[in-house]
Amino acid sequence: MSIRDIFETLDYGPAPESDDVAQAWLERHGRRFGHFIGGRFTKPNSSTFATHHPGDGSELAQVSQGDKRDVSKAVKAAREALPAWQALGPHGRARYLYALARHVQKHARLLAVLESLDNGKPIRETRDIDVPLVARHFYHHAGWAQLLPDEFPGYEAVGVCGQIIPWNFPLLMLSWKVAPALAAGNTVVLKPAEFTPLTALAFAELAVEVGLPDGVLNIVTGDGATGAALVDHEDVDKIAFTGSTQTGRAIIEASKTNFKRISLELGGKSPTFIFADADLKKAVPAAVMGIFFNAGQVCAAGSRLFVAEEVADQVLEGIAGMAKMLRVGHTLDPETIIGPLVSEQQLDRVTGYIESGRQEGATVLVGGGRKEGPGWFVEPTVLVDTEASMKVRREEIFGPVLCAHRFTDADDADRLARMGNETEFGLAASIWTRDISMAHKLARRLKAPHPHRSPSFQDLAPGPVRP
Amino acid sequence: MSIQTEPLGAPPSTPPRADGVPGLERNEGTGLELDWVRDARVNRSAVERRAATLTTRRSVKKDWQAAWLLKAVTLIDLTTLAGDDTAGRVRRLCAKALNPVRQDLLDDLGVSDLGITVGAVCVYHEMVPTAVHALRGSGVPVAAVSTGFPAGLSPFATRVEEITRSVAAGATEIDIVISRRHVLNQDWQALYDEVRAFRQACGEAHMKAILATGELGTLRNVYRASLVAMMAGADFIKTSTGKETENATLPVSLVMARAIRAYHERTGYLVGFKPAGGLRTAKDALAWLTLMREELGRRWLEPDLLRFGASSLLADIERQLEHHVTGRYSAFYRHPLG
Repeated sequence: MSIRDIFETLDYGPAPESDDVAQAWLERHGRRFGHFIGGRFTKPNSSTFATHHPGDGSELAQVSQGDKRDVSKAVKAAREALPAWQALGPHGRARYLYALARHVQKHARLLAVLESLDNGKPIRETRDIDVPLVARHFYHHAGWAQLLPDEFPGYEAVGVCGQIIPWNFPLLMLSWKVAPALAAGNTVVLKPAEFTPLTALAFAELAVEVGLPDGVLNIVTGDGATGAALVDHEDVDKIAFTGSTQTGRAIIEASKTNFKRISLELGGKSPTFIFADADLKKAVPAAVMGIFFNAGQVCAAGSRLFVAEEVADQVLEGIAGMAKMLRVGHTLDPETIIGPLVSEQQLDRVTGYIESGRQEGATVLVGGGRKEGPGWFVEPTVLVDTEASMKVRREEIFGPVLCAHRFTDADDADRLARMGNETEFGLAASIWTRDISMAHKLARRLKAPHPHRSPSFQDLAPGPVRP
Repeated sequence: MSIQTEPLGAPPSTPPRADGVPGLERNEGTGLELDWVRDARVNRSAVERRAATLTTRRSVKKDWQAAWLLKAVTLIDLTTLAGDDTAGRVRRLCAKALNPVRQDLLDDLGVSDLGITVGAVCVYHEMVPTAVHALRGSGVPVAAVSTGFPAGLSPFATRVEEITRSVAAGATEIDIVISRRHVLNQDWQALYDEVRAFRQACGEAHMKAILATGELGTLRNVYRASLVAMMAGADFIKTSTGKETENATLPVSLVMARAIRAYHERTGYLVGFKPAGGLRTAKDALAWLTLMREELGRRWLEPDLLRFGASSLLADIERQLEHHVTGRYSAFYRHPLG
């Protein structure tokens, strides 16, 4: 583009930040990683797999595929570290958690850039949301560690926790799992998602830096097979899992045999209701960010929109207008709001869903497919005229796809709740109305433990203690 | 999702741009809608946060920066409003207005045929004939500050008369000042009547209503005064005279932009915005362009809807453009004086 062209369009133009700090870190490790077991990185396995930058599909590093032996070693290290870690007491452990929080802040730039490269989420999210929240989580649980004897008298740690985390908020999910577990006196074997293992490995380095006792935190990388080995392991006391509903089922099955404690946080197909009396200036942007935040790769994404007929045109027009404005682009550009999807599989999955929606009779209001060029980008998409029987309305798409539906009988909370509940999921819901009694009625009828009236995600973090 | 990013402002839809800039339907104003004025609320903390983060979230670099700065040049109301203004100084200013960026720089940027001039030249009434003469045939309008500028406390009749005379002398844009006391006393009817009378006196000349936001006390007053000025038929609303202790700031500009948006949504009229005083650097210009682009959209980045009231801004922009071309910064005195 020439200057005179830009003079007409007055676009912002690309302004990506430097990825030097992350590339240097990768180089320092020779772009090959082993596991983190007993306070040390192991030699990379003979069998490794690549992790990619979703923005252009380039390979970032080779990461070890953990097998049963690796998992056993990690569990053994965690078991051996357990007595000393518990003997340290609440205040002793709090000091380590506090130190971890400080070091997350100290290395915030590395973690944010690395996360953006590995996951594809925009730097403004990793820099302003993910990494600061990670630090806050460790500070928060440093506080809890000290309060445990007073607030949870008689509770004790579970023991060795196997933790399996998803790829949509890699480091943040690590903090949700690791911080409370360590605070309560557990030791951990963590398996990051195979698409996004790098920030967990960088975090392992922080653990070394703060002098976390060997074996308290172990990280084994790998795919579903590695996770299964962890779930099957006899000496693991608890499995905490966040991810797909499918895998969650498999974990329940596997845990039957050895009576592990489990906590699961699974998928969602959360409804957003916008009534005619809602403050549309607030509801429309909220609905937009509710589905397009993190390119829709959020368990609690508001992926189904129910909008009152009277305001439907206005709302959909507003959402479509904003969806078109959302900048899809380079992950390290601070102006980018929508990054690529995490993997090529995810890209195929999401575009497949859009196509299936088309075939089943939905209309594409805006977006509708892959964005041209390199990288695994999908345009923010809004499907209208969707019906409850369609696949796009029932299954979790986990991408930037909103399915809209108009409702007319706005006074019938039972009917509306039935629409909201017509999937197998039940995670979150948003209700936009000025009619507070309708809000309460509907909220009570919706199968959602987390209706967004006072949004809080802290309480989703799994409980790390047992009575 | 409970994790919120900054609120996204949805700019209103803008008319299609056929070739170049579409013609603008002039704001004829509405009746005084007191309910609307009284209902207006401004959340100061939210405004401050939005103003503080807005410009850090957008960056315009390299070729994009050069293009944006060139655009900023076309938006400048090149101004001299000093007690020691002379015909010579005004002629020099007008010469600069017609050739705001050195020809060699324009050549290197590949834009010499775009005919880049500033948006207007802004002077006191006495200097209008000189400016009109110096700019004749160029298409660059002459703006006159008027109505007892800057305090607006001379007799009402003479303030109206001032407009008539400036228009007669050839000024096609009139920057009026409102009576701050009407805002401070919440006397919206008086403010409406005053601005309405000024607008009638302006006739065909475009009217920019200076609110003198630095003297209005609260952001809510700024918002309400903006609405009333637009209802009374202002073509532009402008922050400041440049003579107050506090002039254009981003929070104030954000509030006024939101008022323009609300007025547009309600009436369909597009009203312009002119921050004045306090814009000194190229970086300031980019910040205000970003604000307008984010809050009101691309359409508001044209001279018929956005002006920068500034005198020293141009010199810094020219230096930045030279840096873009040569990679080096020059001293101020290497560019022709504005």
